[in-house]
Amino acid sequence: MAKKYDAGVKEYRDLYWTPDYVPLDTDLLACFKVTPQEGVPREEAAAAVAAESSTGTWSTVWSELLTDMEFYKGRAYRIEDVPGDKDCFYAFIAYPLDLFEEGSIVNVLTSLVGNVFGFKALKHLRLEDIRFPIAFVKTCLGPPSGIQVERDKLNKYGRPLLGCTIKPKLGLSAKNYGRAVYECLRGGLDLTKDDENVNSQPFMRWQNRFEFVAMAVEKAREETGEVKGHYLNVTANTPEEMYERAEFAKELGQPVIMHDFLTGGFTANSGLAKWCRKNGLILHIHRAMHAVIDRHPKHGIHFRVLAKCLRLSGGDHLHTGTVVGKLEGDRASTLGYVDQLRESFVPEDRSRGIFFDQDWGSMPGVFAVASGGIHVWHMPALVNIFGDDSILQFGGGTQGHPWGNAAGAAANRVALEACVKARNEGRELEREAKDILTAAAGNSPELAMAMETWKEIKFEFETVDKLDIA
Amino acid sequence: MNTNASTGDYRTQQTLETFSFLPPLTQQEIYEQISYMLSMGLTPAIEHESPARATDYYWTMWKLPFFGEQDLSTVVSELEACHRTYPDHHVRLIGYDNYTQSQGVCFVVYRGKAAW
Repeated sequence: MAKKYDAGVKEYRDLYWTPDYVPLDTDLLACFKVTPQEGVPREEAAAAVAAESSTGTWSTVWSELLTDMEFYKGRAYRIEDVPGDKDCFYAFIAYPLDLFEEGSIVNVLTSLVGNVFGFKALKHLRLEDIRFPIAFVKTCLGPPSGIQVERDKLNKYGRPLLGCTIKPKLGLSAKNYGRAVYECLRGGLDLTKDDENVNSQPFMRWQNRFEFVAMAVEKAREETGEVKGHYLNVTANTPEEMYERAEFAKELGQPVIMHDFLTGGFTANSGLAKWCRKNGLILHIHRAMHAVIDRHPKHGIHFRVLAKCLRLSGGDHLHTGTVVGKLEGDRASTLGYVDQLRESFVPEDRSRGIFFDQDWGSMPGVFAVASGGIHVWHMPALVNIFGDDSILQFGGGTQGHPWGNAAGAAANRVALEACVKARNEGRELEREAKDILTAAAGNSPELAMAMETWKEIKFEFETVDKLDIA
Repeated sequence: MNTNASTGDYRTQQTLETFSFLPPLTQQEIYEQISYMLSMGLTPAIEHESPARATDYYWTMWKLPFFGEQDLSTVVSELEACHRTYPDHHVRLIGYDNYTQSQGVCFVVYRGKAAW
């Protein structure tokens, strides 16, 4: 029977709180941590989030009756306590698949984290997790190469890859910059990297950087006999400029380019990923700006969501934090989203902050990049935590070596190989760290010097954003 | 103190990927890596190539990969047989992972004489 139009303001929960609803396999599911204003009931707040992030608006409108809102509306279907915090709760919301354009992460985010985050009835709102239905996953391009193809192209197996971000991050001329790249690569690193804010500044225009870096990469490749690469940052102020830089990297025969996916934006990222797939380049992704979005425990978007979005939008490497270095990162939580980058199925596991089963189908995997404040003493823990499908990305931990970048790189490589070998022999890396490294240093003066240089450095502060565990 | 005089000179090395920055593995160490590979369910395979062509992506296969092989000594004797037949070649051991379609293990066991 047709409904009648009844103008006015209704409570959101009348339409959008549906505790009996059983989510469909094709629904996109989201978990929000909601902190309502005082006096707002949980069901009403959850329903408001569902409404404002899908079909609803504050007032009933006549044109709703021209469609089947039951088919299109988002639904709050479950509410759960947040362990140890009475001010907020988890709201689970199901969105029908047809609310989203195929393959568009931009569209998903514009709905789910759009206007609703400014909603007055809420004090804070945080998107904790999204379950992307496999039907949506299959419409996304994903990583241009993925872990398996990249290993084949780089010819590197059975170990994590080693990288280094060239420092100082700003201010070097193109030729001096290329020198630093060459020294790292000839010393035994696999990959070097532009820093996230290296674009095309007056002291080093991008064309010059690309040309000198290409010479450095080629020379190191020829001399060592190993495949080398440098992440050439093509992030730019317009998409046209970005593609021009990418084209030039390809013309120079370079294997990897790089993008800052959050400051550049998802439209640029998905476009660049598509270009990389077409042109056979590997795409490294930096996450500058993520902490603005993900660090507050009650507001914003958890990084696990940004990581999932990136895998769908497209990227072959993603920075994930190190757990052990200078930047924030809780171990269980980090391992949780590292799985989302690499595995083909990730089961719900609240102890790692994973709220939903996630089926990735045939989506290629993304290398987890552990970067920030790490050095040789961290190597055993890094190999243990991140496993083989990772890139251990040094900076000062290579270039701060008293003998220079090449010796620093060799120290990193010896330490890495000693740890992988020991792991394969069944040894406990973190417990036997000192013995393993000390023995390896017996054959490597570069490693011995690195261990001496960094023996006192520790980064032990409490994590600001902790998992909510009962 | 770090003066220029005390600074080491790092000489670029021609290397052969994983484990080539470590001293050559002893026989026992090689056994342990093979044992790891078998315990991980990887399929052992052997490849060899002349040092002059070491940078080629494809090396020549020694027979077929040893599908289903569980015996460490079989892998060892095949490695030795390959090395005897091609004493001047590099010989590498691979552990194929048919789930990831990648290689879980890959390292050079014998280095060909010509290169070093």
